[in-house]
Amino acid sequence: MCKITINGRSIEAEKHATILNTAKKAGIMIPTLCFLEGLTPMGACRVCVVEVEGAPNLAAACSTPVRENMVIHTNSKRVREARKTVVELLLSEHEGDCQTCERSDDCELRELARDLGIRINRYEGEKPAPYIDCSTAALYRDASKCIKCRRCVQVCNDVQQVGALFPQFRGYHTTIGPAFTSPLDTVACVQCGQCAAVCPVGAIVENSHIELVQAALDNPKKHVVVQTAPAIRAALGECFGLPPGTLVTGKMVTALRDLGFDAVFDTDFTADLTILEEGTELLMRLRNKFLLGQEVALPQFTSCSPGWIKYAEYYFPDMLDKISTCKSPQQMFGALAKTYYAKKAQIDPAQMVVVSVMPCTAKKYEAARPEMRSSGFQDVDYVLTTRELGDLIKMSGIEFTALADSKMDAPLGISTGAADIFANTGGVMEAALRTVYFVTTGRNLPTKDLHVGPLAGLEGIKTAAVTLTKTVEAWSFLEGVEVKVAVAHGLGNAAHLIERIRKNPDEFQFVEIMTCPGGCIGGGGQPRFTTDEVRKARIAAIYREDEGRELRQSHENPAVNALYEEFLGQPLGEISHHLLHTHYAEKERVV
Amino acid sequence: MAESVKVEHIPSLKQVHEMQPSEILPVIDDIIAQYKGTKGALIPVLQSAQNLLGYLPKDILVHISESLHIPYSEVAGVVTFYSFFSTVPKGRHMVRVCLGTACYVRGGKEVLEAISRDLKIKVGETTADRQFSLEIGRCFGACGLAPVVMIDEDVHQRVKPSKIHEMLEPYRDAEGDGHENH
Repeated sequence: MCKITINGRSIEAEKHATILNTAKKAGIMIPTLCFLEGLTPMGACRVCVVEVEGAPNLAAACSTPVRENMVIHTNSKRVREARKTVVELLLSEHEGDCQTCERSDDCELRELARDLGIRINRYEGEKPAPYIDCSTAALYRDASKCIKCRRCVQVCNDVQQVGALFPQFRGYHTTIGPAFTSPLDTVACVQCGQCAAVCPVGAIVENSHIELVQAALDNPKKHVVVQTAPAIRAALGECFGLPPGTLVTGKMVTALRDLGFDAVFDTDFTADLTILEEGTELLMRLRNKFLLGQEVALPQFTSCSPGWIKYAEYYFPDMLDKISTCKSPQQMFGALAKTYYAKKAQIDPAQMVVVSVMPCTAKKYEAARPEMRSSGFQDVDYVLTTRELGDLIKMSGIEFTALADSKMDAPLGISTGAADIFANTGGVMEAALRTVYFVTTGRNLPTKDLHVGPLAGLEGIKTAAVTLTKTVEAWSFLEGVEVKVAVAHGLGNAAHLIERIRKNPDEFQFVEIMTCPGGCIGGGGQPRFTTDEVRKARIAAIYREDEGRELRQSHENPAVNALYEEFLGQPLGEISHHLLHTHYAEKERVV
Repeated sequence: MAESVKVEHIPSLKQVHEMQPSEILPVIDDIIAQYKGTKGALIPVLQSAQNLLGYLPKDILVHISESLHIPYSEVAGVVTFYSFFSTVPKGRHMVRVCLGTACYVRGGKEVLEAISRDLKIKVGETTADRQFSLEIGRCFGACGLAPVVMIDEDVHQRVKPSKIHEMLEPYRDAEGDGHENH
């Protein structure tokens, strides 16, 4: 500990802490712009400058460590004027069409300008030439709005280790973007949208499908069905001012009906289905290894997260045969909606529009992949992010917080708690273990509340082991086998885990990878701003949703069991193979 | 900037022009091998590659990015940051006109205009026959000799706009080849 003084107050500061963190703990707020919690401070924007007595220059609070007897002023005239000038200069180069910008509601630059008391623009700078990049299915970049804070560079490089974005050129001509400012679709961008999630202004946003969805809803000939990913219900409320971690499942269903969707379904349904398909796939791989002694591609990796799939196709082609061939729940849903459900409800699939609501931007890319047309049509037509659904609800004059609860439609809206937890890092693995354990032993997973404790939480890489004992006859060759599993979230963590697996290929049998930090609840399409605190609140809400369910294991889902009886036959059967599974191929990193 | 790397038998620019792409990559790999694993390898590798090839073509940059495990966006970021690096082919001779303070006041600008007229190119461009590229410099540390022009490694002092053609003459077709069609 060391003693410092901030604004005349004597404060005990932790050694090596920064001025910013120390002040925050003491309830003294210092404005920031480029700073991202949990990452190495860049000190790029200079918005957080403070006066340190004895120092000739103002110091960036985010990157200056405290020293014994430091005397700091965070609100002196000099500090206020410097911050103001910094933001004024940013504004002078910023293409600020605030009335129509989609970030007008939560633009951090605008908020800063207001909080710093900037009422007139003293500087008229040269505005950058407009540069729009809509080359990818998921993202829309407008470089003229970019203020070069480099948050996106930091998440893309340090958190995701994708490295698609980096400052190009220098000085006034600096442009944040892919190599030589080429379009995003020419580089190894996985379209996870973490850049859009941290952008303080409107420079990177999702490629909006709102108008397309509205047009479908307006068209009386179209039968428009909607599926919502599990992560939406724990985050959508934030779009309407509810605290993070508020479960709004019932209100969300009502809102979707009010919007005019003909059927409100749940991606949870196909999450349960995924567990049966992917769990069976794992058991087959284990059978081939332990019973037949064959060479088997293990560990099996999960395949729900389209950013991870694209990442592997770029960077880890040697892992592609290990990734489960299961399509993601979103895509399984689309394929079944336009076949199984269309037949059941007697609807011409050509007139059906499948809309997904996802916490994810990469899902827009996934829906457009050429492999995802096994119903004979594009299986999923449009994808809205959580933020877009929030906007659509507001546009439609629906007062969300006042809505009554209602329930999803049958049959594709019926699900279990195991599907809810797909939203959390570790959740797919836990859901799979619940069912794999039951199938092989005939008993429920013998853990508290069916949870696998070590797999929960925000640790970057998590591992667990479950020993199969008193196995049923069909799986007796797995008696005593310790199923070792690992979980990584955030692609940087995934890369580290894969390096570990390359060195020691037999360490794990099953591995869950989610692209975004925290899992889908921290997805690139979730309401801004997602901090670790927000992630924890959403994760807890998802576990509450699971625990509140009557059915909590995928194999108990009656609608999924009916689907097998009426349509699919059995897991990994011929129809499953055609509709629910896919393949992967190595992709070139630079086109 | 670090010293340029010592690769045995560095081929001359002329030899490189005659090499097949498959022959160039092993030379680049030699350069990369000497720096691999050391911090700050990127800039010296780019420098050496540019010394070798005269410029930094995209496939070489992608190759460097993959070999050093540095994202292509970062490699491009460094290349576009430093005016020294070029991603377009350069002429066999680099003409740099100093526009530092001393050279400027002693007529550097007029010298530049004269060279530009004589070669029929602007700053940053290369003649159609790939003989000359034209760049400006900001002080070569030879202010007493102002105005100064550097052609490759040669320093030309007290250059007069009227004597430009004679100054460039010895470099024309210096390698006596038929490389005009690059």
